Order: sequence, then C-alpha cells, then structure tokens
Amino acid sequence: MSFFSFAWNWLKQPAQWHGSGGIPVRILEQLGYTALALLVAALIAVPLGILIGHTGRGALAVVNVANAWRAIPTLGLLVLLTIWLGFNVLAWLVPLVVLGIPPILVNVYEGVAGVDPELRDAARGMGMTPWQQVRKVEVPVAMPLIVLGLRTGAIFVVATATIAAYIGLGGLGRYIIDGLAVSNYGEVAGGALFVVLLALAVQALFIGVRRVAVPKGLRQQGRAS
Amino acid sequence: MFPRSRFAAIASPRPRRNLRAGAIGGLALLTSLGLAACGSSGGSGSTSSSSSSNPLAPSAAKGTVVVGSANFPENELLAEIYVLALQAKHVKVTPKFNIGAREVYYPQIQKGSISIIPEYNGALLTTSVDTSSTAATTAQVDAALTAKLPSTLEILTPSSAQDKDSVTVTQATAKKDHLTSISDLKPFAKKMAIGGPPEFKTRSDGLVGLKKNYGLTFGSFVPLDESGPLTLAALQDGKVQAADVFTTTPQIVTDKLVALADPKFNFAAQNVIPLVYKKAVTPTITSTLNAISQRLTTNALLQMDKAVIIDHANYSTVASAWLKAVGLG
Repeated sequence: MSFFSFAWNWLKQPAQWHGSGGIPVRILEQLGYTALALLVAALIAVPLGILIGHTGRGALAVVNVANAWRAIPTLGLLVLLTIWLGFNVLAWLVPLVVLGIPPILVNVYEGVAGVDPELRDAARGMGMTPWQQVRKVEVPVAMPLIVLGLRTGAIFVVATATIAAYIGLGGLGRYIIDGLAVSNYGEVAGGALFVVLLALAVQALFIGVRRVAVPKGLRQQGRAS
Repeated sequence: MFPRSRFAAIASPRPRRNLRAGAIGGLALLTSLGLAACGSSGGSGSTSSSSSSNPLAPSAAKGTVVVGSANFPENELLAEIYVLALQAKHVKVTPKFNIGAREVYYPQIQKGSISIIPEYNGALLTTSVDTSSTAATTAQVDAALTAKLPSTLEILTPSSAQDKDSVTVTQATAKKDHLTSISDLKPFAKKMAIGGPPEFKTRSDGLVGLKKNYGLTFGSFVPLDESGPLTLAALQDGKVQAADVFTTTPQIVTDKLVALADPKFNFAAQNVIPLVYKKAVTPTITSTLNAISQRLTTNALLQMDKAVIIDHANYSTVASAWLKAVGLG
C-alpha cells in the first residue's frame, strides 16, 4: 500500500512527465541501453551456443564458464570499467552484456544439443550440408529454448540497466539513485515501479516473439505433449 | 571555550606518555589500565577515574553508544577515530558505519538510533538544520547550530580541520582559462558540465547556491558520487569540466587538480565536529571527543585520507596511529 501511494504521489505530478528528465525520456533511455546490450549479448551468445550445441565440442567448459560468469557483480564491474576506460559506452555496455550472455548461451546450447538424434540422422540422410542441418532442422527445433534464453537475458538486462545511472547516465535508475540520495522515496518507488512494468512488458513481448518464431509443427507438438 | 580546552590538550598527553614508557616492561593488564586512568585524570578531570575504580558498573549503566558514519572514506575514518578513542576510555561502542548521505542518517540521530556521528558544521546546518541559513564562518555556523539544533542534539567542540566542498577543475583548465576563484567561471560556466553527488543538484550550497552567490548557470549537471572515484575519473576524462570535490581529497595533489577559491562563502565553513544525541553521551564521551577535536587539523586529515584512499592502509591502523601520535591512543 505505502509503496504504491508513495509512487502514485510522485508520478501524478505533471512535472515528472516532461523534459529531459521526464518519465518518457527515462523509459526510452532504459530501453535503449537494454536493446543495445541485448543485441550485443545475442550476437555473441546465439552463434556460440549453436556452434557448441551442434558440434558438442567444448560444451562443458563453455557452459560452466557461462554459469560462473553470473557471479560477476555487475555494479562492481561498471565502476571498475569506468575508472579504467573512462566514461565511454563500453563502461556500461560490457557489464550488461556480461549479464545477458549466460542465460542466452546456456539455453541456446541446451536447445540445439537436445535435438532428437534421429532427426539429425534423417537430415543428414536427406543429404543436407552441416549448415543446412543447423538452419533448417536444429535451430527451428531449438527455437522455444532460444527464445526463452533471449527472454531471460532481456529481463535481466532491462532490470539491471538501472545501474547506468550510477555513472551519471540516464535511464530509470536516475530516479532510484537521485531519490535515495535525498530520501525522496516517492521518486525511488516510482522509478522501481516503472522498472517492474518494463520487465513485464519485455516478458509479454517475448511471449509474442515465441508465437511467431516457433514453427507451427512444434507448437502443435508442444500442445500434444 | 577555546583557551581552556587548549590547556587541557597540552596538559594531558605529557604525563601519560612518560607513564606509558615506564609501562612497556609490565605485562599485566591491570597495570596498564591503572596507568591509563592516571594519565587521563591528569588531563580532563574526574570523569574517567570514577569509571576505572569500578569498571563493570559504569559501563553497564552507560550501555552502548552507537557511532555512525556517512558513506565516504574520510567520515568513516573519523568515526573510527571516535570509536577507538572511546574504547580506550572503556566506553562500550557499536560502530554503524557507511549509513548514507546526511538526508538518510540525520533523521536517525534525531531519534537516537545513532548516538554520535562525525559531522561538518556548515553542511549540517544548511542541509538539515536550517536550509535558509546564511552563516559562513566557523563561529557563525556553530552559533546558528547551537541555536537551531533540535533539543535532542548538540554539537561539541569544533576541530580546526575543514573538509569543504569546492568547485574543482584540472590544472590544465585552470591555466587555460586563468581560473583561481569560482567567480572566474562566469564566462565559461554555460559551456561547462559540472559533476557532483546527486543531491548537489538540489542542496542549497550546491547548484542553487552557485547560481545565487556567483550568478553561475552551468551547461549541464552530471550526477556522480561524493568526491569519489567516479567524480575524479570524470574530471580526468573530460566528462565534466568542473566538479564538487572535497578540499581534503588526496587526488587534488596526485591528479593535479585545483580547488577554486570561494570568496563569497557559497560553501560554508566545514569544520569536523562531533554531533551527538544528548541523552546518549556521558562526560567521559564528551571530553574524549573534544580532545580529538582539539588535536585534529586539516593537514592531519589530508594525510590520513591519503593513507586510506591512495595507499589503501587499514582504517583502524591509520586511526590508532594518529591517536597515539597526539597522545590519545
């Protein structure tokens, strides 16, 4: 109750909705950080996951490293990189990419590695090249897990992109950090509320993506089982 | 107030040091306790001799005092000094360091959930006690605090050590634009980004004060940290051209920075001063904290800051070395 009344008292003020520090701008900033970080994480983790899922080589090492990676403190990495590299894009992008890679990598790998061996044999028997096997059989079959990995990564990143505000950037973290600095809990609660709403929106978006991306045959199979 | 305290400061360490030297050979704990009691009773009156005659009863009656600190190294170091000095007087202390900005810890000490916190008199006055105050010098600020503090709180003796906010630029910027004082920024401020802690934006000695006192409107404000690694990195990196940096920040020397003069006292006096919750303190605590204030200087504070921030020395090692050096250890 108090959380929502705090947040409501803050966000009903018209001043919060206008200008360079207004809520719409902060949401766009947050989505911008998320989109870039997720794109970079996906460009690294999806091909790598497919490669090790397809070949089976280095699977144990890569998946374990990816899981151990989750222990890296994102905020610590952010401050470290800011001091090492200065205030450039990499300072906030690298920590968010590092956060986004493990769930994508592990799910893509599991999806591709888990394709029914008989299906692989059939694809090979039809004379498909390895690239065709990956593109036409393994990736479509693994699609539910690939989308799940992207969804989990996106939720991690969108919720954690608040840390960009720690190094003087924008995004919804601005409200949380600035509000905490002066005990304006309405501002903190309002910022946190929008982070939660964005995470839910991202979740909904990927449920939509799953509908489109997963082949029809698999969807029916999923329903039957 | 000052002359009396100064005599006490000079009188107390000498007999104690002589007795300490004699005690080096002695191993018994009782012996050293007895000597410490002799030394302090020679200095600041009868308070501690009564506590050592029956060590159990007074400490139980006193309970525990909570020493708090704000969330930056120097304040934690000062709090550590308070803690060690109080423990040397057999006061039971619970440290509660790294609480947050003043906006967070001030309500806590008003309620008494913290008993003692090292404060800076000017910032305390203008951010929490009387935001409209125009007091600038140490005497003005302390008088205003004494008059306006809530009845549950009081300030003790101020130290000469000052850690003032300043508008700081790099030596390169200062040279290029011939800057020595904040007033010199007038033609440049519009093109400058200024960095500082998030609360600098709304504090009355922050952007608001710089506009009021010097007519400065900066191009943009970048919320960073309180004179910490992000602020210093942003200055070096050119992300900001000016920043709020504390005058005892050791990187002013190591990073070649210039803290601009503040002739109009936008930043009020910032003497290190103990702020206490009245009901929690005893005469022993008051005299111990005042003895620290009488000995603490800006230079000593700068050296200790450098030790913990640049050389990564242990807080309690640095604090106890200083206490020993000034005869309070």
